[in-house]
Amino acid sequence: MADMSEPVLTMTGIGKQFPGVRALDGVDFRLFPGEVHALMGENGAGKSTLIKVLTGAYSIDSGDITLAGHPVRFGSPLQAQQAGVSPVYQEINLCANLSVAENIFIGRQPRRFGRIDWAAIRRRSRDLLRRLRLDIDVTAALGTYSLAVQQMVAIARAIDIEAKVLILDEPTSSLDATEVQQLFDVMRELKDEGVAILFVTHFLDQVYEIADRITVLRNGRLVGEYPTAEMSHVDLVTAMIGKELSTLEQLEEEQRPELSALESGSPFVETVELGRKGSIAPFDLTIHPGEVVGLAGLLGSGRTEVARLLFGADRADHGRVLLDGEAVALRTPRAAMAHAIAYCSENRRTEGLVEELTVRENIVLALQAVRGWTRPIPRRVQDELVAKYISALQIRPADPDLPVRNLSGGNQQKVLLARWLITEPKLLILDEPTRGIDVGAKAEIQKLVAGLSRDGLAVLFISAELEEVLRLSHKVGVLRDRRLVAQLANTDDLDADRVLQTIAHGSDAASGAAS
Amino acid sequence: MTTMPVRSRWRPQERHIPVLATLGLLALMYGLGSLRYIGFNDPQIILNVFIDNAFILVVAVGMTFVILTGGIDLSVGSVVALTTMLTAVLLERAHWPVPLVILTGLLAGAALGFGMGCIIHFFEIQPFIVTLAGMFLARGICYAISTSSIPINDPFWTYMGTSLKFGSLKVTWSVLISVAVVIIAALVLAFTKLGRDAYAVGGNPQSALLMGLPVGRTRIAVYTISGLCSALGGVLFTFYLPSGNSLHAIGMELTVIAAVVIGGTLLTGGTGYVWGTMLGVLSLGLIQTIITFEGTLSSWWTKMVIGILLFVFILLQRLIAARSPRPR
Amino acid sequence: MTRFTAAARTAVTHRLFWPAAVLAVLVLGNVAFTPNFLHIEVRNGHLYGSLIDILRLGAPLVVVSLGMTVVIATRGIDLSVGSTIAISGALACLVISDSGDQNSVGGVLVAVGLALALSLVLGLWNGFLVAGIGIQPIIATLILMVGGRGIAQLITDGQIITINSDPYELIGGGYLATFPFSVLVAVVMIALTAFLARRTALGVLIEATGGNAEASRLAGIRARGIMVMVYLFCGLCAGIAGLMISSNVHSADGNNAGLWYELDAILAVVIGGTSLGGGRFSLGGTVLGALIIQALSTTVYTVGIPPETTMLFKAVVVTVVCLIQSPAFRAKVFGRRPRPTPTTPAEPAKIEVPA
Repeated sequence: MADMSEPVLTMTGIGKQFPGVRALDGVDFRLFPGEVHALMGENGAGKSTLIKVLTGAYSIDSGDITLAGHPVRFGSPLQAQQAGVSPVYQEINLCANLSVAENIFIGRQPRRFGRIDWAAIRRRSRDLLRRLRLDIDVTAALGTYSLAVQQMVAIARAIDIEAKVLILDEPTSSLDATEVQQLFDVMRELKDEGVAILFVTHFLDQVYEIADRITVLRNGRLVGEYPTAEMSHVDLVTAMIGKELSTLEQLEEEQRPELSALESGSPFVETVELGRKGSIAPFDLTIHPGEVVGLAGLLGSGRTEVARLLFGADRADHGRVLLDGEAVALRTPRAAMAHAIAYCSENRRTEGLVEELTVRENIVLALQAVRGWTRPIPRRVQDELVAKYISALQIRPADPDLPVRNLSGGNQQKVLLARWLITEPKLLILDEPTRGIDVGAKAEIQKLVAGLSRDGLAVLFISAELEEVLRLSHKVGVLRDRRLVAQLANTDDLDADRVLQTIAHGSDAASGAAS
Repeated sequence: MTTMPVRSRWRPQERHIPVLATLGLLALMYGLGSLRYIGFNDPQIILNVFIDNAFILVVAVGMTFVILTGGIDLSVGSVVALTTMLTAVLLERAHWPVPLVILTGLLAGAALGFGMGCIIHFFEIQPFIVTLAGMFLARGICYAISTSSIPINDPFWTYMGTSLKFGSLKVTWSVLISVAVVIIAALVLAFTKLGRDAYAVGGNPQSALLMGLPVGRTRIAVYTISGLCSALGGVLFTFYLPSGNSLHAIGMELTVIAAVVIGGTLLTGGTGYVWGTMLGVLSLGLIQTIITFEGTLSSWWTKMVIGILLFVFILLQRLIAARSPRPR
Repeated sequence: MTRFTAAARTAVTHRLFWPAAVLAVLVLGNVAFTPNFLHIEVRNGHLYGSLIDILRLGAPLVVVSLGMTVVIATRGIDLSVGSTIAISGALACLVISDSGDQNSVGGVLVAVGLALALSLVLGLWNGFLVAGIGIQPIIATLILMVGGRGIAQLITDGQIITINSDPYELIGGGYLATFPFSVLVAVVMIALTAFLARRTALGVLIEATGGNAEASRLAGIRARGIMVMVYLFCGLCAGIAGLMISSNVHSADGNNAGLWYELDAILAVVIGGTSLGGGRFSLGGTVLGALIIQALSTTVYTVGIPPETTMLFKAVVVTVVCLIQSPAFRAKVFGRRPRPTPTTPAEPAKIEVPA
């Protein structure tokens, strides 16, 4: 291992403010030459902001950055790259239409007699890729290669810029197991050469396999920096998710129907080995009428993928779905809707609302889509329905003709909920319905979900917040690395600790787990 | 240590397929024509296609630059007409010296292209709309200069209009100029940063930006080049047809775009070659020739065949795009 | 007084204000040059006057622009309307000239029916390319724009077909109950489009598809069906315009009929306030936009400027309208991005901070 005495990069007291949100708050981070350092945190923890600050995509409001002993401040990605900080992003930022060799050298091509020296480009890229154990035709278009190869090419481009610091932002999310191993080999080699590697991933196993140290962020603050060897899985997950008591007023203890009572009836949804290659391993899951099934797991663990398969947003390539005991094909959202399944996406703005349409139009959209264009919902009926849900969900401002983009996040979420509730679903899938909304709206939505399930609605509730999942669910499905690893009955002895243990270890150690 | 498994289905240079298809098409047309018509295999037939289409070729080269970056330039036909008009007026009415006239024409075209490029880049308006405005503007200026045709009688134009003889073969200066333009453009695209940046911008503008490439400068440059090429095309047009007329080159933008697409350049940008564009122009010219030779076929078959070829080539591009894995 | 300014502010922010104001300025400018510009009289039981001329000559453009509006609302574009205009006119004139009695109403109806059916087929073709194969609209419709001219000339055999049919001439040049028939057709088409868009659910489904395609899919909208429908409708509109235009000049010209119409129609839509980015559309704005373009031509003519310079004015209008609509331009020139201010305080995580 290279000299560990002096950090190559030190960031101290980094602060970054966006309108209405403090993305980074006094974060310290350091990186030594010849180490792989994992940066961990849940959604909104500030990982990507920290990386953007480091690569010059964002400027900082406060704090200092020192690179190789000199204070630096990057105004643009180009400046950062020239200083030796090279990022490789998950969504590979290369040009698929250009050749492999050109992707490595574009922007700084070697020249001869004033013209681009292609022979040198090809030769040098072959050498570079050989260092990464990749022997491919460098003249072929990048787009003809697999994502794994493209990722390697991106790394080759990054290290040719004499990188002191290599940032790998979720490089493994699209790779299979062998490809990940090859990437790790390359990382070890670069490490031995003294390159400092900042590694972001959602896969815990990978962190323990490759990282020397771990820095955890939560809600824009530094939780701590730990040597990997001294940090247990559970400690890590706990550090990431946090267990401080929620500021929410506790839901009044409802007399929830016992799980056993619910499960004595026949399930509304039953999946048999349902799965999709590359997104979620085959899983069996049942949801009964009146039951809330919570899904817990880290970001990228496959929570959303389960929801999308059940709604037909993605097509399953394995297994089948039974609704009320009968096999059905859920190939499109329309098909799922025809079976009274509703889905609120976690991405309100890109997959949920049509922002320029009004509150009223957004609320009736799904119902209208089901009825078809020839049978418009009469204005009077629309007004009644919309007025009913605006008051029931307390959507503010209570003006149905306001463009929905003018509403706050919490109210937008309620509009989306209203859209699905008026379709009178039997299964409601909620993906992070309380993310990014204020505390009051959060409590209202939780109450609503509890109420709906009492009225017999089957609910699949996905949330990154464990407390919330535990409070609402009858049963908790735990996901890890795109696999449903356990289903735990939410009895008195189920607490956040046990769920965390399950997430960390990939199986439920305690007894009494539901199948 | 093993090497990385390469999951690509290896095909020899996928990006060459459309150009090869065009070449095949050209060979097929020439072969069939030679079998079917007497005198078709005369090399002069090919040269005549060059002579009749030299100005289109030059304009198409400029369009290739623009389309490579994922843009489009609807103003080219109008700029050609504007150049013929400027040339005629400056020569015949203002009696400017020949070099100054040509230089002014070229500068005017380049300036218009530069302006459109700036609006597209700085104000983020679709190229389609901006160049549409440019098209109206250039055509409008033509009409404002004169609504009637102005003949050009300058001796230099007479000289440029006559053929050069190489043995039994004839070409014009315009042909030589247009081929020179193709060669220069090919070199620029292959061996300069500007050329490579154009491909990168067309392939993925966000990536190009993150890789530190001068996206804005490249965009503005290609519209300037297109304007310049259109103006040069306009000058060649006056060699071919010595007059300035507001009605010249109406609808030429369509022919040119069709030639570029048939030549294998992806309309979404990022893939294509000026050689392909040249083959595309030749294909369109050869269709015209065949229809002339056929005698019984009417001229509108040209347009229908172009439409069909466009469809086939766009479909081909779509299929190729659908097959290659792209980064998400 | 305050109530007046408030009312004025409401008027100015209304999205039809600027198109209407431009049209009013054009008309007033004309009045300044030709004082009897607003004069309308009934001669031989027909309405006459400059304003009527604008309506009559603008009718085909209005109809085409209606179709273009719904296409653009889905984030598409249809470049082939000019060719469809030529094809439709050519087929109708061919059928009529081939029939024994050109004045037979039945024959004319058959001709009109065939022409409109063919226009629908052409629209279906565009819709298939865009929604079925997934080709970008601008490229997909380019095919028919180029090839369609050939088809039109094939139909007319490269000639200009001149016909002499009273029933056919009614469509574009005739009068019905003192009103120009073409204006009546345009009014019917406006009413029909408005009905389909606002009395059925089609309008909101189109706007949802154009506004956010993925969200619409997840809300269960059949986006492909909607797309095919708008291109069909656009084809039909172009076909009707083709009939009007060929009827008005008693002939079909495969080469020149409908030339530039696609550009004028797109321009009308954009002037009318519908964004080329899709989503919300304004039929009223489009009608005003089309009338502005026609009024522009008429103005240039009455003021005595060479009619060909209309193009210059169009260039200026396109540039100004597009610049005003461009957020980047507004940000750079007025120093702010025109984002609607939230009426409720933005909640903390309005800016998503993905980890």
